[in-house]
Amino acid sequence: MHYMIVGAGPSGVIACETIRKMDKNAKISLISGQCEPPYSRMAIPYFLEEKIAEKGTYLRHDENYFSDQNIGIVSQAVTQVDSSNDNVILANGEVLSYDKLLLATGATAISPPIAGIDLNNVHNCWTLEDARNIAAKAVPGSSVVLMGAGFIGCIILQSLLKRGVKLTVVEMGVRMVPRMMDDVAGALLKSWCESKGVTIMTSQQVTSINAVNEGLIVDLKDANSLNADLVICATGVKSNIDFLENSGINIDQGIVVNEFLQTNINNIYASGDVAQGLDFSDQSQHVQAIQPTAVEHGRIAAINMVNNNCCIHRGSVNMNILDTMGLISTSFGQWMGVPDGEQSILLDKDNYLYINLQFDGDYLVGVSSLGHTQNIGVVRGLIRGKVKLGVWKKRLMNNPNRLMEAYLASSLSQA
Amino acid sequence: MEKALVINPDKCTGCLQCELACSYENEGVFNPSKSRIKVFTFHQEGRFVPYTCTQCSDAWCQQACPVDAITLNLLTGAKEVNENTCVGCKVCTISCPFGTINYNQNTGKVIKCDLCGGDPKCVSACPTQAITYIDANQTGMEKMRQWATETDNSPSNSAANV
Repeated sequence: MHYMIVGAGPSGVIACETIRKMDKNAKISLISGQCEPPYSRMAIPYFLEEKIAEKGTYLRHDENYFSDQNIGIVSQAVTQVDSSNDNVILANGEVLSYDKLLLATGATAISPPIAGIDLNNVHNCWTLEDARNIAAKAVPGSSVVLMGAGFIGCIILQSLLKRGVKLTVVEMGVRMVPRMMDDVAGALLKSWCESKGVTIMTSQQVTSINAVNEGLIVDLKDANSLNADLVICATGVKSNIDFLENSGINIDQGIVVNEFLQTNINNIYASGDVAQGLDFSDQSQHVQAIQPTAVEHGRIAAINMVNNNCCIHRGSVNMNILDTMGLISTSFGQWMGVPDGEQSILLDKDNYLYINLQFDGDYLVGVSSLGHTQNIGVVRGLIRGKVKLGVWKKRLMNNPNRLMEAYLASSLSQA
Repeated sequence: MEKALVINPDKCTGCLQCELACSYENEGVFNPSKSRIKVFTFHQEGRFVPYTCTQCSDAWCQQACPVDAITLNLLTGAKEVNENTCVGCKVCTISCPFGTINYNQNTGKVIKCDLCGGDPKCVSACPTQAITYIDANQTGMEKMRQWATETDNSPSNSAANV
């Protein structure tokens, strides 16, 4: 049996390892579109901050790890999937056949369609190559304009500040991390950043970028232009599905998959940022593009490829943890609440502490927080385990800080 | 025979000796807030519940780690954080459905129970044997692990051989 995994991010690598554990003799090929060893984007901020070297971003550290596992790595992009003949076609023209295929091709950073977005000193912050460029150009004293205050924008703020740059953030939305935080948390995050010397412009847009002499001039929709030495574009990502046109594989925002993470073609599966998988909270199919979901997908898809769809994916809880210059925020599930739901909120503005629990009847369905890190994983346990809260609902309504106690009392009695 | 921590909350008096022993052993200070085992207090029920990592077999923290910083100690069965490899991204802290791997803001790394390399100090510090370290298959740990798989009920149930 030849298992082919396309994409060497966390989802693809976990899938290879899962297959190898289940089948010692299978042939496993990992096709990587990048010329680097498999690495993690999650580690890029720490590379930019010079906390780690490039090697510190690698998904697996032993140089011979993949060959020891008898996983063959092919460093070529896949340009086409010929599903009727069970072949993939590589960028160099080579044709490789598979018995079962996993598409874990991830996502790519997108740039807004504005003039000057292709200029030399305008970079995304998505790949290791992007990070190298940013590291080379974000030198002490330089002016940097960061487009986008979403997850990626916020998580690299600290790295950029540590590089000694003068930083302005331009966000289109009305608040920072609009897809992860409510108004209260977004406003607190903004004042935190401003207190650290970062200029934050919300409800603002870059309309064009122009090269002038050595530098850049960044034009804004409703404000004076900014001078910059470097513009970083962190305005979002999209699934890598373009190569699947005419492949016969159903695509939408990402690759459409069923409860086994299988596509409409029997021997082709999809996982991670490219898969439009099930969301646990609202049972809708969409691309979550987060690390924990990528590995969950990779593992489940691999099990189903080896053991013929024995493992149902009941949905992943969308969740994020974000460190914005030392202020740690989290969001889980339906943090924005549900119709007829109830909420329990505790806010201490002066100390940047916020916790917001959202309930649907007797169940916790979403949480967002600032400044809370201890035992925070129980939120996933409570939501994903559908732990019936009973008397603890009222106690949490009175004191949302007692999540761990609620979890222990409720789950252990149910175990 | 692999051993496991077994916690019997009925025997716990809430003295917090375990937290002190843990923080001293691992962080060099007597500071319960740095302990990897935590005693939770239930005033209404007059009950104390010590709680720490169950070293689950298919550990969520380990799988979610993007840089392979959490590895299995083959001798103890503990999932251990390699401090030199951990970048401090905290993805493991939201992935663990038990909330037992935590971020340490002072070091910029995560910390979790590593069974003190096979000689857990919380056990020797506990004056009432509420925390013991015994053969893994005699423990309620399996029940806990079972529940762990139920929590995210997808892979583990059907993949006992993985």
